Amino acid sequence: MKKESLTRRLALMSMAALGSVAALGLASAPAAAEDVVLKVYTAIEEEQMPPYKEAFEAANPGIKIEWQRDSTGVVTARLLAEKENRQADVVWGLAASSLMVLDQEGMLESYKPVGFDQIKDDFKDRRTGWPTWVGMDAWASAICFNTAEAEKLGLPKPTSWKDLLDPVYQGHIVMPNPGSSGTGFLSVAAWLQMFGETGGWQFMDGLHANMNTYTHSGSKPCKAAGAGEYPIGISFSYPGVKLINDGAPLEVILPTEGIGWEMEATAIMKGTDKLEAAQKLADFAASAEANKLYNQSYQVLARKDVTPELPENYPANEADLLLSPNNFEWAAGNRQAILDEWQKRYGAKSEPKS
Amino acid sequence: MSDAALAPAGPLAADIRPSGNQPPRIRPQAGAEDWVMRGAIALLGVYFIITLVLPLYTLLIKSVEDKDKNFIGVANFARYFADPALTQSLINTFTVSIIGTVITIFLAFLYAYALTRTCMAMRGILRAVALVPLLAPSLLPGLALIYLFGNQGIFKGLLMGHEIYGPIGIIIGEVFFAFPHALIILVTALSVADQRLYEAADSLRASPTRVFMTVTLPGCRYGLISAAMVVFTLIFTDFGVPKVIGGSYNVLATDVYRQVIGQFNFQMGAVVGLLLLFPAVISFTVDRLVQRKQVALLSARAVPYRPSPRPKTDRFFLIVACLIAGFLLLILGMAFLGSIITFWPYKLVPTLKWYDFTRLGTDGWGPYFNSLRMAAMVALIGTAIVFTGAYLTEKSRGAKGLRSALHLIAMVPLAVPGIVLGLAYIFFFNAPGNPLGLIYNTMTILVVNTICHFYTVCHLTAVTALKQVDAEFEAVSASLKVPLFRTFWRVTVPVCLPAILDISVYLFVNAMTTVSAVIFLYASDTKLMSINAINTDDAGNTASACAMGMVIVVTSAVLKGLHSLLVRRLHKRTQAWRQR
Repeated sequence: MKKESLTRRLALMSMAALGSVAALGLASAPAAAEDVVLKVYTAIEEEQMPPYKEAFEAANPGIKIEWQRDSTGVVTARLLAEKENRQADVVWGLAASSLMVLDQEGMLESYKPVGFDQIKDDFKDRRTGWPTWVGMDAWASAICFNTAEAEKLGLPKPTSWKDLLDPVYQGHIVMPNPGSSGTGFLSVAAWLQMFGETGGWQFMDGLHANMNTYTHSGSKPCKAAGAGEYPIGISFSYPGVKLINDGAPLEVILPTEGIGWEMEATAIMKGTDKLEAAQKLADFAASAEANKLYNQSYQVLARKDVTPELPENYPANEADLLLSPNNFEWAAGNRQAILDEWQKRYGAKSEPKS
Repeated sequence: MSDAALAPAGPLAADIRPSGNQPPRIRPQAGAEDWVMRGAIALLGVYFIITLVLPLYTLLIKSVEDKDKNFIGVANFARYFADPALTQSLINTFTVSIIGTVITIFLAFLYAYALTRTCMAMRGILRAVALVPLLAPSLLPGLALIYLFGNQGIFKGLLMGHEIYGPIGIIIGEVFFAFPHALIILVTALSVADQRLYEAADSLRASPTRVFMTVTLPGCRYGLISAAMVVFTLIFTDFGVPKVIGGSYNVLATDVYRQVIGQFNFQMGAVVGLLLLFPAVISFTVDRLVQRKQVALLSARAVPYRPSPRPKTDRFFLIVACLIAGFLLLILGMAFLGSIITFWPYKLVPTLKWYDFTRLGTDGWGPYFNSLRMAAMVALIGTAIVFTGAYLTEKSRGAKGLRSALHLIAMVPLAVPGIVLGLAYIFFFNAPGNPLGLIYNTMTILVVNTICHFYTVCHLTAVTALKQVDAEFEAVSASLKVPLFRTFWRVTVPVCLPAILDISVYLFVNAMTTVSAVIFLYASDTKLMSINAINTDDAGNTASACAMGMVIVVTSAVLKGLHSLLVRRLHKRTQAWRQR
């Protein structure tokens, strides 16, 4: 009998231990009951999330942000997949071309935020007076070039997109997969606009021959270049600038032909039951205060009245090189067709180059 | 299969089972208690239907529908096989799975042989080291390989110009990941040898090679087949390793992810999911058939094999085992190094900054607590469900057909790759109009999914343990009019306590490390540590991803350590009856 009770005591003890871990986890979760919690989907960089959230919550007490973050393609896919079972209240920081796809599906709520007239024309949905999305800032493609590794490998510094077709770069370039990455998609869309449909695909065929691999996220090629894993990464400026400031032997190159770009934008999901709070977030996202936050990572901003300051080591001529005009409607309307064609041509890199 | 004790139908089971001559049982009339039992069995049936059958059915339907839910037959499959990029993945997956399986089985066999058939030194430590990969999420070997053999890797030269990104990296990573699974099965298979056969061979003056070919190999051939099947399925369906180190070498598991998450093509995702399912189901069936024979191999009169010292052989196997164990530790050690180096490869100064997860975004350590919470819930609730379920199918009276059907269903999760299960859960629980959709995006769906994912091995462990408890207990308690649940609580549970603990630790560790199923199901406030590690690596923060992996390893190791301490004490106090 004694043995049995000991056994049971041991069992109870271990179960209690597990139970307390479960309880501990539960206790650490929820926020105050009276707060309105907004589910906000985003594709901004992880590091940008804390300051954005803090600024908004400080300006709007009683409203809390709960992020859902992933790469542009993933967030877009998730939103579309949840069309009939909406989870998100607001989208803050997703490529405008993705928001246009959602708009075509009738998933966005119209709202004109406070200060809408201060938003540059390029950065707003101009079809009617009641926009479904509002731009925040622009990010543009760039080449991250590891000078230390390039020297070891004897690689010349590329200055244009077409330079990258030189066989000397074979196996040394990485770029994001446009299917998952917004940066990948904006680069592809820009090449198709800059070099024409035929010329664009021809350029990408040549690039593909030199490509080592296609990554899931848009910042990874730059981070891989920074770590010397691959000497050249097609990416965007912000992660490169950050790595340079951290001491990486990196240079951010803006190709001379011009660079593709895309807006990050905000939209309210149709059917949200927290419309008032969602509109407050849309107001904040379009405010001068928010634009100053965006300026810590990006140079081109949506508002006319905020003069951008250049982050340290940020390439100075980005604004001049932006592809103009950049046809977002075309990119959004042909998004699936472009991705299908891309997948057909480059989806299988069966053997990695050695 | 995290522990030798979890390997289904061990030798103990064969020894203890009553050998015939059972007195005729008097079948009592169905009373209130029986109806409660039958109700419980029915409940278990409903549970399986909701958590397994219906989601898989939805997946099947999805693969033969177009985007607007019209039935289009096999058109999706036709489109799949018309796409050379996707069929290439199928070939790639078979290539790495076959090569990986051959290497894993070869190494695991050497290791298992060294552990069971030689008197080499340090067997205890070497056995423990071999199980280390079970504690790590499968992306960790991938990350370590980048540091070891990547373009800035320490041993890049060893690859002689080949790239680690691709089949080479996938195969090495998968060998690390699958090794302990193969080892557990092979150790069990090699432990059940009959000493008398070796004595006979010895007196017939057979050469060692001949003994090996005619006694040892045939004796464990079922174990070998079974291990090969398990390893093949593991590699075929693993997601973590190819995600991290696959480069542009696509495999089916990463295809599903890309189709669904990258291109929102759910129909094609379902097609690839089903392709992942077929080989798994086939190898699962072969494995089941083979395991049935393995049990029958050992007769009641067998004398357990005890190795005698052979200095030369022992030393040879010690070296081999140390090399393999060294490889496993090298991978783990490199992941740890990667997590504490400031800026690989330019600034090799140690730092703890990569463990400061708050730098990476708002999540901070939140995912870690989510993982702990989920793992604890899975361990608690899962163990209760699995053990009660096994008890019901094994020990209750009546409803025989239903019970064996449930037993069969409980086998299914083993054949369903995590990534397929995760996909099936989205389709089922996120369908408009499903009242169970409430649990979508909550912790509950992660817990339910994870319990289902790892159900089979736990069920088999519970059944093996329950089989050791004589059915007479129930009969006696019935005739003494003791309520069944009291017998359950006072006899069955204490006797099976070691198995129950095994199950809960197995569930806990797997819940901590799993990625494949839950990656489709997490929400912002239920993000898990293992998923966070994948996302962090995706964003290019390899060092922090390593740090997250290491935190998981340490947590699993601590729990595992506590478990073995507890088991050792428990064994001394309550399991004395097992000794002859």
